[in-house]
Amino acid sequence: MIEKLEQQFQAKIDAEVKIEPKDWMPEKYRKTLIRQISQHAHSEVVGMLPEGNWITRAPSLRRKIALVAKVQDEAGHGLYLYSAAETLGAERDDLLDQLHTGKAKYSSIFNYPATTWADMGAIGWLVDGAAIMNQVMLTRASYGPYARAMVRICKEESFHQRQGYEILLTLCRGTEIQKQMAQDSLNRWWWPSLMMFGPNDAESTHSAQSMAWKIKRKSNDELRQAFVDATVPQAKILGITIPDPDLKWNEERGHYDFGEIDWAEFWNVVKGNGPCNRQRIEDRKKAYEKGAWVRDAAVAYAEKREQRKAASKAKVA
Amino acid sequence: MKNWPLWEIFVRSKAGLSHKHFGSLHAADEAMAIENARDVYCRRNEGVSIWVVKSEHITASDPADADPLFEPAKDKVYRHPTFYVLPDEVGHM
Repeated sequence: MIEKLEQQFQAKIDAEVKIEPKDWMPEKYRKTLIRQISQHAHSEVVGMLPEGNWITRAPSLRRKIALVAKVQDEAGHGLYLYSAAETLGAERDDLLDQLHTGKAKYSSIFNYPATTWADMGAIGWLVDGAAIMNQVMLTRASYGPYARAMVRICKEESFHQRQGYEILLTLCRGTEIQKQMAQDSLNRWWWPSLMMFGPNDAESTHSAQSMAWKIKRKSNDELRQAFVDATVPQAKILGITIPDPDLKWNEERGHYDFGEIDWAEFWNVVKGNGPCNRQRIEDRKKAYEKGAWVRDAAVAYAEKREQRKAASKAKVA
Repeated sequence: MKNWPLWEIFVRSKAGLSHKHFGSLHAADEAMAIENARDVYCRRNEGVSIWVVKSEHITASDPADADPLFEPAKDKVYRHPTFYVLPDEVGHM
């Protein structure tokens, strides 16, 4: 029986029919999606922290409103994704609990500190740029609510990347010190951005099944290559140098060759030992705990309104 | 969120179009659901009107029964204009 259902399920996927919340699906498909979507949501939410840090120090009102809008988008993206995970039967509180206890991961990139204003540029350009590569692919994911959330997110991400690039462009056209600040930022964010695509294909544990289920449609290495190819010309326009001596155009492949990623660093940050892992989780927990009274007050207020409505109805009757 | 019910959000993108399902969110009551829907789904002029409905109030057909449920419409080609054969000289009808 289960085997037949699984065959029908795979046939639907193969025929590019989207899977919707109440459709039958293998338990492992459901679990894989809940894990992936919730970790994606956590990444959006934790991703607000390095940028929130710079809102009060933005150099102009124009930069400040843009940064506030970007951070607000990320909160929105987190919500689209948590909602998508909930269509699979996950409870929001459980998902948050998994983030707070360290059981669920989020993108390791957010465990690096944003130490200068130029980092607001590099994060928009590189981190959002890398995220877009991945998310454009996910607009075609087999699970309907996830794919639809991605369409909305991708529309909004394009503003994020452009505002980041514009910050760097302004710095690069400024004084020598400002240009150095942009270069320093690229030096620190380049390699962690490449790590965002995950381990090499040969090392990637979840990839094969996710590809068969069309949750993923391109491999980690394919996406990473596409990101490098798109980004190198953009760095040239900025006039800053990508910190990789092995980076060069390969005529034969029609792609840029690039150096080996420091996988020891990657795994170290994944395991919780990056520069900011502990601080990020502490900040999220603090925000959640300090917001408890607001959540409680909203419930109390809603109940009181409900009672008043019932009382005034009774009077009329 | 245990005490904040889930709401389904429908947005009319402009006058003349019907409300369309945009997604869902948690809110303590209907007023908050509308405000949250504005902030979550309408940050870029996506809408002119919002409907919110508690998710528990939606009754859905069972996808497993989709075949028998929609089967009656499958063999009724005579409900489509192309079923009727008219000479070319009639033109567009």
